[in-house]
Amino acid sequence: MAQIDEEKKKRKFKSAGKMRDIMFEYYVEAKSAGDNGKKVAWITSGGPVEPLIVMDVIPVYPENYGAMIGASHMGGDLCEKAEAMGYSSDLCSYARADIACAPVNGGPIGGLPRPDMLVCCNNICGTVLKWYEVQARYFNVPLFIFDTPFCHTGFSDEARTYVRRQLNEYIAFLEGACGRKFDFDRSIEVGRLSLQGQRLWQEVLDAAAHKPSPITAFDAFFFLALIVTLRGTQTVVDFYAELLHEMKEKVAAGISAVPRERYRLLWDNLPVWYRLKWLSDKFASHDACLVADTYTTAWCGSMKYIDENDFLSSMAEAYTRIYLNIGVDEMAKTVFEMIDKYDVDGLVMHSNRSCKPYSLGQYDIQRMVQERKGIPCMMIESHMVDERSFSESQISTRIDAFMEIIKQHKGHV
Amino acid sequence: MESLREFHEVAQNPYRYAAELKDRGRKILGYFCSYTPEEIIYAAGLHPMRLFGSKEHIHLADKHLQSYSCSLVRSAMADVMAGSLAFLDGTVFPHTCDSIQRLSDIWRLNTNLGFFADVVLPVKLNTESAREYMIAVLARFKGELEEHFSLKITDGNLRSAIVRYNEIRGCLTSIYELHAKDPSVISGSDLYAVVRASMIMDRDDLAVKLAAVLHELKQKQGTGRNSGKRLMLVGNICDHPDIYTLIERSGAAVVWDDLCSGTRYFEGKIDPDTEPMTALANRYFTRPVCPAKHVSPFARGEHLLGQVREHRVDGVIFFQLKFCDPHSFDYPYLKEFLDRAGIPNMMLEAEDQLPPEGQLLTRFETFVAML
Repeated sequence: MAQIDEEKKKRKFKSAGKMRDIMFEYYVEAKSAGDNGKKVAWITSGGPVEPLIVMDVIPVYPENYGAMIGASHMGGDLCEKAEAMGYSSDLCSYARADIACAPVNGGPIGGLPRPDMLVCCNNICGTVLKWYEVQARYFNVPLFIFDTPFCHTGFSDEARTYVRRQLNEYIAFLEGACGRKFDFDRSIEVGRLSLQGQRLWQEVLDAAAHKPSPITAFDAFFFLALIVTLRGTQTVVDFYAELLHEMKEKVAAGISAVPRERYRLLWDNLPVWYRLKWLSDKFASHDACLVADTYTTAWCGSMKYIDENDFLSSMAEAYTRIYLNIGVDEMAKTVFEMIDKYDVDGLVMHSNRSCKPYSLGQYDIQRMVQERKGIPCMMIESHMVDERSFSESQISTRIDAFMEIIKQHKGHV
Repeated sequence: MESLREFHEVAQNPYRYAAELKDRGRKILGYFCSYTPEEIIYAAGLHPMRLFGSKEHIHLADKHLQSYSCSLVRSAMADVMAGSLAFLDGTVFPHTCDSIQRLSDIWRLNTNLGFFADVVLPVKLNTESAREYMIAVLARFKGELEEHFSLKITDGNLRSAIVRYNEIRGCLTSIYELHAKDPSVISGSDLYAVVRASMIMDRDDLAVKLAAVLHELKQKQGTGRNSGKRLMLVGNICDHPDIYTLIERSGAAVVWDDLCSGTRYFEGKIDPDTEPMTALANRYFTRPVCPAKHVSPFARGEHLLGQVREHRVDGVIFFQLKFCDPHSFDYPYLKEFLDRAGIPNMMLEAEDQLPPEGQLLTRFETFVAML
């Protein structure tokens, strides 16, 4: 028994505690912003946060809070409240949970701090536009929409002009809201830190290419919070450098995230936040490790469009060309690359009723993967933070059946 | 009215009409949304035709689309897979909601109808940079049509198209206004057929026939029979003529709407004296907004209350296809606006089929009795 505990301890991340501390401090600072004369902006998860950091505005992410609500199993109750307010149960469960939180200060930390302004970037979905309109009416604060034209098959010149102009409009909006000038010198430093953070995050995820993998997608879902919320700060850079160091130590010591890793899987779409542990244990019981996912990669996937020497002007393009704001065939290409890079045996797709831009098109990607990569795929359907939508026995049976196919495929049965 | 027979036929059998048009050598482009720059398609000498989905063999869509996609998206995909849209020479997808955006990808990857275009319009319709971007997007679309069909769209062509569309939209507006003044001059299901067929018929032919209908209605004395309660229908697409009939049987009439298959399609004039692309963009910036676009957080609520007052509306029926995110997000606040103004309202959600007739009639009767 003692030996098993020892093994388990080795697999745990020492950095996890540190990250919880950082997130705790971050939320304490955000919640006491008013007392410290700081302004708070609510911003979408894929939104251009760096100008806020430059302006010393504290960015707060309702989507990150949505994930916390989901992980705390508070999503079902809050979603039900939203339904009582008139919001359809078919809508995004992040949005429903957040909308229901606002009037009652609900959720794990008793609600988010009141925003002084809202920044909505529609590069992840059209849902955020509607969600932020709801909050703009509720809080009666200014709303800036960063409109990133969808890149079905490419990024047009007119789209480039449009997003660059909006960057100027965004800066003017912030100057108005904060009553002071934007510090362009500081933006160079923030840009450098943002890019450095993204690079380190990519390296952390890359570690999963090692066999056996020192990290699972479930770990990535946890460690993701920093690149989402504190992108552009030294904190992120320091933390991921440390995490990366720990990862390398694990690799050197041959410590795997899943005890007997025999099968490597790729996850697609947002996590099922209220079932992380259950899913992790379920797959581990089949000696399967979900080594990587398309979701957490999205925060470093468009680095190729960033010009290190001109972060500010190039970030508009990078934010427009992120993973979700591209065509299904472009997304499939990323999936193919990840299948090769992480050498996976199967693909688990979360058909997420909360997220149409991520989910519609999955059937086509699934077919393409089966045809071109010849690996089995499975679908799990749910709402990412509404636990009422999760059918455990059905999903459990499907995972068992899927793992049987994987084992046959590998000639292990 | 005899003059309405053809509108009904076209509304009921749009694909038959399209096939006949095709036989006469016309090239047809299908589209889904009221933000499609039809005027440019018309100016190219092509025929723009709105696709609603026939709701037949809808299960075919299961191969590509989850059950939580709306029935418009699923039905359109099913139709193209079944070969029902073989008359099309291409399809145009303006950027609107997340579902149509992904349908565009799935369509592009799985069908081959010739021409294909994404018209990636801005989502913001309240800034100068968005306006200039929109003008550039429209110009790109024009260029794509010219290249694919090897033709030239001149400013003259565009100006003629603008005149034609102003005429058509003007007629539809006048017919709506006559009906709002006295609902007995034309029944709701007749009016439905007229508007729906207007998105399908050859536009030159349509302009003549619409003018004739308008002329006839102006001559007509209403029977005054339908002096019941005045309702407004608010939502996405209403593709069910029975709704109008059932509402009338409940002792009310739909006197105005905010639907993309209704006023959102035809409201807003295009200035014929402005540079054509700018003029087209300007209309999109001023016409009633779809909830997938943004003008201000209150734009739709203010518009709704304005219409309720202008058309002396007694009650509002929200009607929407299930799984429509933009409309579902707006519903609670629009309802709150109406509640505060003391306007009774009800919500009806449907997929490809309406609820059973008896059940629906009872709901409408109960609602109308409350007014």
